[in-house]
Amino acid sequence: MAEATLKTVPLDRARVLQWLQTYGVYAGVALLMAVNIVITPHFLSAENFRTQAVQVAPVIIVALGMALVIGTEGVDLSVGAVMALAASVTALYLGYGLLPALLVVAVFAAGIGLANGALVAFVGVQPIVATLALMVGGRGLALVLLPQLEDLRNPALASLGSGDVLGIPYLILIAAVPALLVAFTVRRTTFGRQLLAIGDSRPAAQLAGLPVRRVLIVVYVVCALLAAVAGVLATARLGASDPTSLGNLMELSAITAVVVGGTPLTGGRVNIAGTVAGAVLIQLLTATLIEHDLPPSWTQIAQAVVIVCAVYAARGRGKR
Amino acid sequence: MTATKTDAPVSATRDKRPAPAGEPPGSARSERVSALVQQHGALAVLLVVSLVASFSFDSFATGDNISNMATSSAFLAIVALGMTFVIITGGIDLSVGSLFALGGVLAAWGSRHGTLVALLLPLVVCGAVGVVNGLLVARSRLAPFIVTLAAMLGARGLMLALTDEGANTYLIGKGSFLAELGQGSTLGLGNPVWITLALFVAGAVVLRRTRFGQHVYAVGGNEDAAALMGAPVARTKILVYTLSGVTAGLAGALNAAWLASGVTILGNGMELEAIAAVVIGGTLLTGGLGYVSGALVGVLLLKVIQNVINQIGSLDSSYQQVVSGAFLAVVVVAQTWLGRRRQLM
Repeated sequence: MAEATLKTVPLDRARVLQWLQTYGVYAGVALLMAVNIVITPHFLSAENFRTQAVQVAPVIIVALGMALVIGTEGVDLSVGAVMALAASVTALYLGYGLLPALLVVAVFAAGIGLANGALVAFVGVQPIVATLALMVGGRGLALVLLPQLEDLRNPALASLGSGDVLGIPYLILIAAVPALLVAFTVRRTTFGRQLLAIGDSRPAAQLAGLPVRRVLIVVYVVCALLAAVAGVLATARLGASDPTSLGNLMELSAITAVVVGGTPLTGGRVNIAGTVAGAVLIQLLTATLIEHDLPPSWTQIAQAVVIVCAVYAARGRGKR
Repeated sequence: MTATKTDAPVSATRDKRPAPAGEPPGSARSERVSALVQQHGALAVLLVVSLVASFSFDSFATGDNISNMATSSAFLAIVALGMTFVIITGGIDLSVGSLFALGGVLAAWGSRHGTLVALLLPLVVCGAVGVVNGLLVARSRLAPFIVTLAAMLGARGLMLALTDEGANTYLIGKGSFLAELGQGSTLGLGNPVWITLALFVAGAVVLRRTRFGQHVYAVGGNEDAAALMGAPVARTKILVYTLSGVTAGLAGALNAAWLASGVTILGNGMELEAIAAVVIGGTLLTGGLGYVSGALVGVLLLKVIQNVINQIGSLDSSYQQVVSGAFLAVVVVAQTWLGRRRQLM
């Protein structure tokens, strides 16, 4: 009898930990929701939900790309700079119409992603340094192209930022599309399998004959493109191009969302639903603290604690 | 500066090893060449850029300009010194920018309670954050990147909480010892410059000549091997993160003394500047190889580039970021290639 209990106790603990790792973020979101329903007036109003969702949409879009990169055991610090670059390029080319401007933005973003991917895949530079270089250079380039804030008066862009279908803002619909696409890619496609295999062990993937370099480059390009989408959407919502401050610390928000959502930094595993929930969790946490007049300083400290707890809970899983 | 004379212990053992039979004698030389480029490449670029700049701009090589550059480099250099130790162990510390700001605010806040409080408070608090970083990295085995990222947020939050959300700037009284430490000058160079030089000499001696320094290299070279040899891996890691916290706090305190106030908006992105300087100076981010002097050269190079771009009046200061980013990319590509060649041989 004693032996049996001894055997089951560690198993149960492992199970609880496993459960926490997989569903902890949803439990956190549910808990925050419940607390808010009780203590925050007007929390359940449609208006509030819309505000929260619109605020979190750009973070979700960036976090999706970040989740893919982290799945390959990398990290992309340049996403904030790409957002700023997207903002300034949008402002420069908006005169030719929205669609041409978006195409030019895509070209610039793909260029940054290509540079990141090439440094990581071909030269073999660590992702953190490679993307650091692009982060510094990218924001500089954004500021060189457009040195200061510029108001944008384009009806198409404005409706992108504030329009809605059946009460659902475009921003949310646009964020939902890549979320579904990325989730499908990771789960159901060869590319997704290859990505996770590379994250698990790059040498093994190489030996197995996977197109490691091609996959890595595509991943970094996709991440940059998603960041550019987020940059354009944020610019549209703002009604102005602000390369100085747009996307500042976005890389940290995105990494936080991914990590809190249960994707280990060691690669080989991507949890897309968790990533979305992670972004929502951080957004709700921030909104709750601000709603109850707690200063931003406490928000940051709370965020720091959440990150450490999430990583601590996830640490066993990385080393299988 | 002593560090430039001696090679890193890791590569030293590799260099002294007799070439295996059958290997062409030329390869040993080319290995030495790539080691030399790795270690002194940044210094050579710094000299070339400075030379070209002093011929191109009359105002570059003047005493005023040089002393300004030296003072403004000093604070980043102190941060980069601590970062060098962390990076040699194979870690990274993203919290230094926030700790820099926190240190400055604490020094200014403490200056009303006397010089001793003003100097010790930032060191103790930032050192404590460093200890927490180190414990989480070494004992809980969390990734340094994410731990120090959280510390970055937490430390900035703490700093904002101290200053009524950044609205309150504490001043440092004129004529106090602290103000003299930051603003005064000796032999034509600002006091922060002398402090920085002293710290770098001490840092080089610690890294090269002490048991702790050897442990830092060993942990970064191969953690498992270091543990098997009996090196105190966890203690070494905790110490380097503590050191990084203390140097960031000290740099912040000196900067506050220099500015005569604890400015709350400082230090944003400083962690990246410090990492860039360390990497440019020839320290490998994979750990196990690095030079204290390289960090100093890297900082100077970044500041000289900044100064040159400011001198070219027509160029916007954002070009500095473009150039720094491009430069960092070139350096890491070169380093990776050099490293690969050395591994192959």
